[in-house]
Amino acid sequence: MYNLHRAAFSLLVAALLTASAAPVAAQTILYEKSRITCVSRQMNVPVEARFKKFSAQIAFDPAKPAAGTARLDIELESFDIDNAEVNDEARGKQWFDARNFPKATFVAAGIKPLGGGKFEVRGPLTIKGKTHEVVAPFTYKQEAGTAIFDGAFPIKRLQYNIGEGVWKDTDTVADEVQIKFHIVVAAGNAAAKR
Amino acid sequence: MPSNDRYSATAIALHWLIFAVITGGFALAVYMVDLPLSPAKLKYFAWHKWTGITVFLLALARVAWRLTHRTPPYAADFPRWQRRAAGAMHAALYALILAIPLTGWLYSSAAGVTTVYFGVLPLPDLLAKDKALAELLKSVHVTLNYALLVLVLLHAITALHHYFVIRDPMLARMLPWAGRRKARSADV
Repeated sequence: MYNLHRAAFSLLVAALLTASAAPVAAQTILYEKSRITCVSRQMNVPVEARFKKFSAQIAFDPAKPAAGTARLDIELESFDIDNAEVNDEARGKQWFDARNFPKATFVAAGIKPLGGGKFEVRGPLTIKGKTHEVVAPFTYKQEAGTAIFDGAFPIKRLQYNIGEGVWKDTDTVADEVQIKFHIVVAAGNAAAKR
Repeated sequence: MPSNDRYSATAIALHWLIFAVITGGFALAVYMVDLPLSPAKLKYFAWHKWTGITVFLLALARVAWRLTHRTPPYAADFPRWQRRAAGAMHAALYALILAIPLTGWLYSSAAGVTTVYFGVLPLPDLLAKDKALAELLKSVHVTLNYALLVLVLLHAITALHHYFVIRDPMLARMLPWAGRRKARSADV
């Protein structure tokens, strides 16, 4: 009984907090349609890998982008480059060290419109205990009952200690890595719940 | 007619150049495949692919040469079955020096790794990414390489047999040096 009360109370508090903190309601992420990938350059050959597991909380209304919020938690253990040996290496200590730093986290600190369906989100990105601000332009388009965020931004892997020891050599694996996101949400609930 | 009983300077240069590049690419491959993952391994794989594309281009040049030139004639008493055997061997070698780089390129494409020649020129991906197909192409690539190794050894043994045992000017046709003296002695 007590637990039930407490649960109900927490829900109420959560609802109030969400309502007051975010004037735009959270959107339902369609994970099976969404992809977060990264493209590194090995000996100048672009190679794409995917992060299969992540969680996102997004509240975005293109009519008032500045009020939007977003948070992304990427599970680094889910890195997949379609090669078991490379996957093990990438999850290991010298690269992501996924055991000690399981998640990469991005929190939007500001979203602004760039015009023509384009926006820009900036905020801190934390990987392997290091935090740097990133700026990502993205497009937002509505399509068949969904809305799609598409964007990409570069990071410097060495700023996050991704690739230590011999892997610091940027002649083989370039310092700059493109992070690409394609996030699909169920459309309309931002407007419906407002 | 010494100029006629030897391959042209172009043909000789292409023959020995492709031999050197293939030997380097083959040795590098044997060395690199079982290395643990490291920046060096990534470098070697890239170098191996550049080597392979170079072999492919040289092989195309050789085929073009062969189609537009007459090969130096064999001695009149060179047996018919040996002419046939030599023809088959040369055809197989030409086929392999084209097919091996091509299967490597196909394998790399199917594995989802574009080949960027000398780290500068991205080559078109010949196939869409397909893991199972990549594995198949890998074994085809490796098998053809060992077939080439066997044929090259036979080819070399035959040439050396002509030189040291039969003592005819067969090898001199393709030697970049001291060929003329040998070739002339055949006319005697």
